[in-house]
Amino acid sequence: MNINGLLGSLQSGVAQGVLWGIMVLGVYITYKLLDIPDLTADGSFTLGGCVTTVAILAGINPILATLMGMGAGFLAGAVTGVLHTFFDIPAILAGILTQIGLWSVNLRIMGGKANNPLLKADTIVSFFSDRLGISNSQSSMLVGILLILLVILFLYWFFGTEIGSALRATGDNEDMIRALGVNTGHTKLLALAISNGLIGLSGAMVAQMQKYADINMGRGAIVIGLAAIVIGEVLLGRLVKNFGFKLFSAVLGSVVYFIIQALVLRFGMDANDMKLLSALMVAAALAIPVAMSRYNIKKSYSENDLYADEHRRLERKGGKES
Amino acid sequence: MIEITHVSKTFNKGTVNEKRALDNLNLKLNEGDFVTIIGGNGAGKSTMLNAIAGTFPVDCGKITIDGTNVTMDPEYKRAKYIGRVFQDPMKGTCAGMQIEENLALAKRRGQHRGLRWQLNDKERELYREQLATLGLGLETRLSDKVGLLSGGQRQAVTLLMATIQKPKLLLLDEHTAALDPATASKVLRLTREIVESHHLTALMVTHNMKDALTIGNRLIMMDHGTIIYDVSGEEKMKLTVEDLLTKFEEASGTEFSNDRMMLSK
Ligand SMILES: Nc1ncnc2c1ncn2[C@@H]1O[C@H](COP(=O)(O)OP(=O)(O)OP(=O)(O)O)[C@@H](O)[C@H]1O
Ligand SMILES: [Mg+2]
Repeated sequence: MNINGLLGSLQSGVAQGVLWGIMVLGVYITYKLLDIPDLTADGSFTLGGCVTTVAILAGINPILATLMGMGAGFLAGAVTGVLHTFFDIPAILAGILTQIGLWSVNLRIMGGKANNPLLKADTIVSFFSDRLGISNSQSSMLVGILLILLVILFLYWFFGTEIGSALRATGDNEDMIRALGVNTGHTKLLALAISNGLIGLSGAMVAQMQKYADINMGRGAIVIGLAAIVIGEVLLGRLVKNFGFKLFSAVLGSVVYFIIQALVLRFGMDANDMKLLSALMVAAALAIPVAMSRYNIKKSYSENDLYADEHRRLERKGGKES
Repeated sequence: MIEITHVSKTFNKGTVNEKRALDNLNLKLNEGDFVTIIGGNGAGKSTMLNAIAGTFPVDCGKITIDGTNVTMDPEYKRAKYIGRVFQDPMKGTCAGMQIEENLALAKRRGQHRGLRWQLNDKERELYREQLATLGLGLETRLSDKVGLLSGGQRQAVTLLMATIQKPKLLLLDEHTAALDPATASKVLRLTREIVESHHLTALMVTHNMKDALTIGNRLIMMDHGTIIYDVSGEEKMKLTVEDLLTKFEEASGTEFSNDRMMLSK
């Protein structure tokens, strides 16, 4: 086994993990805070890539082009938001509708081609690799880490503001926050838009790293997002309570996911099987806790009350509850 | 100040499950009225409170608060006038958020929410003081998740949340029904203290006739979606549980021997 090759694929795995990590943060907002698995993601990720590559090729400054990709994702999320909150279409279906619609939109944006190569055009990634004399992966990693820090800081701030808190409350207890005067339609719409804005940004950056946008680049994005969140929780879930660190652990999950992917590809697995592996990973991660608790209930059942003595002893020591 | 005129509400119109839950309801509340509401199961008590709060639109009639017609306003718009505590202790708070975060959300009821950071030391001090008045020791647990609290503690926090931004109207729907008797009477005592000290106008649904008689300055009895008995002041003070039972039978023409109301007298 070629050790340099291995290091190389690890490095590109980390770079991908970091850039896709921005998308994972977007998925985190809808899935963890609002409890909506938002299927817009697959489309808005590609949208971000398409818009940005087309803009860059049109000679627009790469930073501005990237922001355009992010803005496009934001709008796509808003479309899902309107379908869901205004017209009461179930969130999953609303996401699918937008995603399917975006397929055609993305093709249109790329002028009917399924693939839009950047060739030698300047990008944010190439800017850093040229200036600092580092590889494409290293530059992507650098830009990705900077962006991740910015995004986590932004989200930490935003979800502490009055609007952001109302948004978290919408995911926690919608009836309550409505009774406190919040239009929960608006908060959900905003969450979906911000989430997909981040996903678009991620697509924009991934396209710049791989030097092309592709109509299929976002396929399965939502599953990758969920897998990353789950991996992050498994790794750090018990340790972190702080919101900022939870976001960080989701990004870490993304990095681990792409390292795993890089390794299994390196060891000869077909790239096309990776989707099956991710699906299995998410399914297992969701299924295992349920199966475990069922098993524990059975195991801890006994006909005689073995637990009672200890329970009473603890109770005498005094619990917190009144 | 709060006026309900000719309000009706039918659920599942045109189906076999059609139910006229409010039937030409009329009620006028004066500033500072503390009204207890009694009535059998399905009498329409919760529906009346929900109609006032705007949980669903009513079919006809008019609801005004302080002269403003709010009949067609959605719930979140009316929230600026109304504080609520539900029967289910889970419903009034965000379990996954801290006590202080919940209070901060409630502090902004009906106000503009912007991009200011929600928690600050000045407000924290206020929350600490307010929590101390509950006498449950919660003032030292500001950053605990609400999900860690017992039902009674949660209900007390919800009560505080409903009133921390003084509401024009406080709606209490059997808010002690899910608590054990000792906790229930504690929360009830807090309710009286808060309503009296802030001079709130309040509607309180209860199945406990004794509470209905001893608390508040006015009592209304509902049946079949309408108010069948309305008594206040001196006259209310003289009422007994037996009087109420007789009144109910008289007015509705039925006995409610197997009713929950009987059990809790
Ligand atoms: N959302 C709804 N959909 C359909 N029917 C409803 C709905 N809400 C209430 N009802 C019906 O309206 C009638 C009045 O119900 P309501 O909950 O107001 O009674 P209540 O006086 O609060 O009774 P309880 O003492 O049991 O709480 C009942 O027959 C109930 O089944
Ligand atoms: Mg009720």
